[in-house]
Amino acid sequence: MLEHSPSTVAAPVDAPPPATEPPPPDTEFVRARSQRVGLGGILGIIWLGFVAICAIVIPMVVKNPTNPGLLAARGMFKVSGHPLGGDSAGNDMLLQLAKGARSSLIVAIGAVAVGLVLGGTLGLIAGYYRGRIDTLLTSTFNILLAIPQFVLAVALVSVLANDSISKQGIPVPVTTGRRLAVLVIALGIVSTPILARITRANTLQWAQREFVLAARAQGATNRRVMIREVLPNVLPAMFSIALLGIAVAMVAEGGLSILGVGVHLPGVSWGSLIAQGRNSLQSQPSVVFEPIVCLFLTVLSLNYLGDVVRARFDVRESVL
Amino acid sequence: MSPRRRRQIDDRFADAPLDGPLLDVNGVQTFFKTPRGLVRAVDGVSLTLERGKTIGIVGESGSGKSVLSRSIMGLLPNNVVRHGSIKFEGREIGDADTETMRGYWGTQMSMVFQDPMTSLNPVMRVGNQITESLRYHLDVTKDYANETALALLQSVGIPEAERRMREYPHQLSGGMRQRVMIAIALACGPRLLFADEPTTALDVTVQAQILDLLQAQQRERFMAMVLVTHDLGVVAGRADNTGVMYAGQIVEYASTRTLFSETRHPYTEALLKSIPKLSQPSHTRLDAISGRPPDLVSPPVGCKFAARCGFAQPKCIAEEPALSDETTPGHAFRCFYPVGTPAGTDALERNLAAGVTATGLTVTRVGDALATGVDAVIA
Repeated sequence: MLEHSPSTVAAPVDAPPPATEPPPPDTEFVRARSQRVGLGGILGIIWLGFVAICAIVIPMVVKNPTNPGLLAARGMFKVSGHPLGGDSAGNDMLLQLAKGARSSLIVAIGAVAVGLVLGGTLGLIAGYYRGRIDTLLTSTFNILLAIPQFVLAVALVSVLANDSISKQGIPVPVTTGRRLAVLVIALGIVSTPILARITRANTLQWAQREFVLAARAQGATNRRVMIREVLPNVLPAMFSIALLGIAVAMVAEGGLSILGVGVHLPGVSWGSLIAQGRNSLQSQPSVVFEPIVCLFLTVLSLNYLGDVVRARFDVRESVL
Repeated sequence: MSPRRRRQIDDRFADAPLDGPLLDVNGVQTFFKTPRGLVRAVDGVSLTLERGKTIGIVGESGSGKSVLSRSIMGLLPNNVVRHGSIKFEGREIGDADTETMRGYWGTQMSMVFQDPMTSLNPVMRVGNQITESLRYHLDVTKDYANETALALLQSVGIPEAERRMREYPHQLSGGMRQRVMIAIALACGPRLLFADEPTTALDVTVQAQILDLLQAQQRERFMAMVLVTHDLGVVAGRADNTGVMYAGQIVEYASTRTLFSETRHPYTEALLKSIPKLSQPSHTRLDAISGRPPDLVSPPVGCKFAARCGFAQPKCIAEEPALSDETTPGHAFRCFYPVGTPAGTDALERNLAAGVTATGLTVTRVGDALATGVDAVIA
């Protein structure tokens, strides 16, 4: 070690701590009215929690999933033990809705998670390095955004979930699990450019801050600066958009199911329940309306929650 | 810290000479490529800094003083052209890439920034911001890093350091934040500290405390410091040598004592006179320097300060004076007609008699003071 090499541990200085610096005002309890959670947010959280619990618990407790009586007596509260009636195949609607909630939530949350990871990484890289990488990535996002989102999703699902042909020449349908995975990937890819653009816009803003330069001046690598300094500041904006993205993905999954490329039997999602019930809309409207109400309330709750997050972390709309 | 890592760091600098200057800057030029053309932000600056000494860089906004310190550290954006030689411990780092420089940042040279409001990460706890670079550079355990951070915070005079470690920057006052910034900069024991206007964003009451703290830490760690400021009062008594920058060049360089007692360059003199004095009666007109610095895309051919200088002669417009200490060893300045010399006094008298300098600047004497430009017209 060099003779003059200073120790990393500093000895205390004699100077007493200054008394002239007043403590900063406690800002913990001073929160603007717009930053409160609000009734919509509270109801949204309650509904989402309720849906999540139902999706887990109901399939475990329902004893008789199918009941021939449900085919004869259609509508709600007609057959005891089946408060929401049955679907067009005589299955208990409550159970179907709970199963549907499972796949709808899995697909929507999974898709946005894929989008967050992919889009977040690419957006962070584009916004941090700028220059040529940014130009390349941004133009790729723009091209992806120019393709109608729904068409892109349909195309991706069709390609990824192609029924394989067995040796005997009989088409083998893909399993429900595989189909869910395909939907997650397809909708994830569709949501990637949107999330990437938001991440990039926020990264551009934060990467110019002096503390990023200060971190570099301390010898932090680019990767470290991106992950430790920039990302935590960009996350609120990403999450706020991600919550809205979950709602959009959920509706998109429903749309895909109605087109016949979403969740297939024996799997059910809210979208596929609507699709199955649409033929009996005249005779048995409850089969369609029940999943629609679930979807509507869930999407509404997610939107409220997204607003709460955005107001709370003061994510400016202008960067979106 | 693991001995292996410590050895790696020491090995890298093991053959560094212990004699010779710590930092030797020679003819550094930093140009920014802009749509308007090349902005000559730093145009041929040479400095030598010995171990444990302080150099003061003084200049007004846009004189290139901050760019100079960032040039030396290699912390510049991509649209920059840099020339000249920068030697750190005898090693050329003027042409080093970011990857090489990263080996110096934090452990060898470090920087305290101007605005503590924006130079701390708002979403990271104060303690973590200090341990961050410790753990990264020195490969120490979490506990060791935390202890070191605590000791650092105490050494920079932060009361209740243990509690402050767990707080976020917004919970600290400006002075406290600058203390934290200093603690971060000192964490890995740099040999050279750049203090880039460390007190500009702070209350006057806190400024002296922060400067004293920097000085105390510097002495304790035998660390060299480059103190960049626009305030001559900051370098007075704190810097061993001081360079006055104007339009990207050093116009006067001397030991701080000499600079104040035997000011030679009219710009330095004007800066000194523009400081209000307690002895002046209230409502005394300040001796402002009229005009503004030249456009650095197309700087004037002659002396850069001629257009604002009461001493300016035709020679100042035609020729650029070189930075030279021929007449007064150890005291370099760029002027044909230096203040306090027969040539300078003569030039000023001639301009006063004519009422106008060679660059067409109105100049008169108001009481003891010199008034130029708009001030002269009003007077």
